[in-house]
Amino acid sequence: MRPFKKIDVQDIEVLRTFVPADRFFVDNIHPDYSHDEMMIYGKKEPEVVIQIKSAQEASNIMKYASEHNIPVTPRGAGTGLCGGCVPLEGGIVLNTSLMNRILEIDADTMSITLEPGVLLMEVQEAVKNAGFLYAPDPGEKSATVGGNVMTNAGGMRAVKYGVTRDYVRGLEVVTPTGEILELGGKVAKNSSGYSLLHLMVGSEGTLGIVTKIIMKILPSPKKMTSLLIPFDSLSSALKTVPEIMKLPEVATTIEFMEKEVLDDAQEFLGKEFPNRNYPAYLIVSYSGNTQSHIESMLDMATETAMKCGALDVFLSDTAERQESIWNARGAFLEAIKNSTVEMDECDVVLNIDQVAEFVDYTRECSNQYNVRVRSFGHAGDGNLHVYICKDELDDETWKKTVEEVMDKFYIKAKELNGQVSGEHGIGHAKKKYLEDSLGETQMTLMRNIKRVFDPQGILNPGKIVD
Amino acid sequence: MRIVVCIKQVPDTQKVKVDPETGVLIRNGIDTKMNPYDLYALETALRIKEKTGAELHVISMGPDAAKAVLVEAMALGADDAWLMSDRRFAGADVLATSFTLAQGIKTIGDVDLILCGKQTTDGDTAQVGPAIGEVLNIPHVSWVRKLIEADEKGLTVEQEMMDSVAHVRLNYPCLLTVEKGIFEPGLPSYLKMKEARKKEIHVLNMDKCDCRDAKRYGLSGSPTQVEKIFEPTYDLSSVRLDKTTEENAQALFEKFVELKVIEGGK
Repeated sequence: MRPFKKIDVQDIEVLRTFVPADRFFVDNIHPDYSHDEMMIYGKKEPEVVIQIKSAQEASNIMKYASEHNIPVTPRGAGTGLCGGCVPLEGGIVLNTSLMNRILEIDADTMSITLEPGVLLMEVQEAVKNAGFLYAPDPGEKSATVGGNVMTNAGGMRAVKYGVTRDYVRGLEVVTPTGEILELGGKVAKNSSGYSLLHLMVGSEGTLGIVTKIIMKILPSPKKMTSLLIPFDSLSSALKTVPEIMKLPEVATTIEFMEKEVLDDAQEFLGKEFPNRNYPAYLIVSYSGNTQSHIESMLDMATETAMKCGALDVFLSDTAERQESIWNARGAFLEAIKNSTVEMDECDVVLNIDQVAEFVDYTRECSNQYNVRVRSFGHAGDGNLHVYICKDELDDETWKKTVEEVMDKFYIKAKELNGQVSGEHGIGHAKKKYLEDSLGETQMTLMRNIKRVFDPQGILNPGKIVD
Repeated sequence: MRIVVCIKQVPDTQKVKVDPETGVLIRNGIDTKMNPYDLYALETALRIKEKTGAELHVISMGPDAAKAVLVEAMALGADDAWLMSDRRFAGADVLATSFTLAQGIKTIGDVDLILCGKQTTDGDTAQVGPAIGEVLNIPHVSWVRKLIEADEKGLTVEQEMMDSVAHVRLNYPCLLTVEKGIFEPGLPSYLKMKEARKKEIHVLNMDKCDCRDAKRYGLSGSPTQVEKIFEPTYDLSSVRLDKTTEENAQALFEKFVELKVIEGGK
């Protein structure tokens, strides 16, 4: 309950006993613990950082914290984009990144059991080496799986495979009062009462601390081929997407990109993109088990794209070619970041037939406010990432402009029946927009849910709801 | 101006398996692709074509199935494709391969520039390119990492020499083998690929070559005796140190001394 207790010498003495000395930090806290990837949303130092290695340690800490009204902010790799792991009220940052063991890959139930600190790149590799597919594919590969679960991270393969939530079968969670819960399990379906499991997924560490995760894995398709399809404008590229979605085979991925962002990526990577001179592109990927099956998909997509005004269709069918286009695509966020001094981001999700209208609107705003706007994203699921870049603007103009332009983006998204966040979450940075978007009744329900799990409000305070 | 790019169809895998009984590369059941290094040669040719308006031919040696990489080369922008295909060409080593390709290049005629990848990913000798230059008796430069200038008379290139870099000016006709990364290879057009499948590929057997001496081709033209092909063995082991920093440092130090990476002091 606010005001929270400041951590004093006695608290430190007790908290110290819960973990070995080399996992407890008071005076020598690394500055990275005060922020995530978006420093524009502000920083705040924790009073104590504890690296946990077990659910029991988390439980002991939570019991003490709830008894003494000390705020606790869970944290994985800190790669979030909405300030979700920033300890706004100070207190304890509870770092789960040392809980990084893959406990089991179980082929009989097609599941993987792992600790939350395993990195996305590690789980993808391990599952691949076992001959299977870890389907969720968020862009930030150095994020932890715990973080992915807690933000319900999406990524590029969502068109065919869905998002992280669709793969979570079970969780071990420590509640704000220190109880250890087992939610779900390896079972493939579950209609047993309210799904606390799915309430946890996407809760951004406001309802509990994840200490173990069971996820579904899939058989791995043998081949994946991408088409790089150029258009004379982004608008015509985006208008093609619903037509491709209607085809009898579902694409694994449909991404859009513009020349300007590609130029940034080429400069950032110091490497040429394997195709030049077109204003806008779609990347459409198909996966399957035989060459002829994939070719039939490519044929249909090609025909559709050409009917919709594509200028050509290029094939990316080998590991080297896939690497050359996906490395560029993977670098977009860092490349835009690198191209300016400061930026703010919007991660709205829209109906896929309205992405073109929204992108056109961001252009209008860019012209009207004389500010550089860049966008890229997941055309196949309507989730786009729009960036406003500070460039040469002075601090005062920037602050005013970014606020006004962001407001306009979110109002427009709401008008089009879109949602505030497709995959990055709310954190503290997008709370205002969430309230505007969902309205009082839904927000009250959310606040009440938070209170049931965390009556004192000590767990990740100030995030999603107040 | 006329450019010829030599290309080869190779197994689409990073790990080439060897039959332990026969010592022959296992090619059955493995997908194939264009030798990745050849893509850099082809891209270099396309850039020169863009600048000079040159006519671009591709040539390969292999069975009928190797037409797939020639079709791909046309989808990437080559104008015409040639396949050296004859049972008598089979079993060729570097000498016979380069001789055969040189015959094909002579048949194409009036060639100003020949481009090859630095090496293939299956044979790995990196010798066929320069050997073609020798057979044709034209100047050749290997390991070209940068094209500085290309004009009607010749080329200026940058050659990677391990511990130095050479700038070389060559007049046509000449041959280059190019390094990975000289240009980023483009992607083949799926539409052009469909068109290219309908295009004729010129198939040359020995009877269509300038030299019809069977002893110069295939196994009989190959003095190289491969005694044994085997998969390289890797001797990797890892040790995990997860005690305290001091203990880990001590253990690491002792390991280095044991492996003679450093000398142990007292």
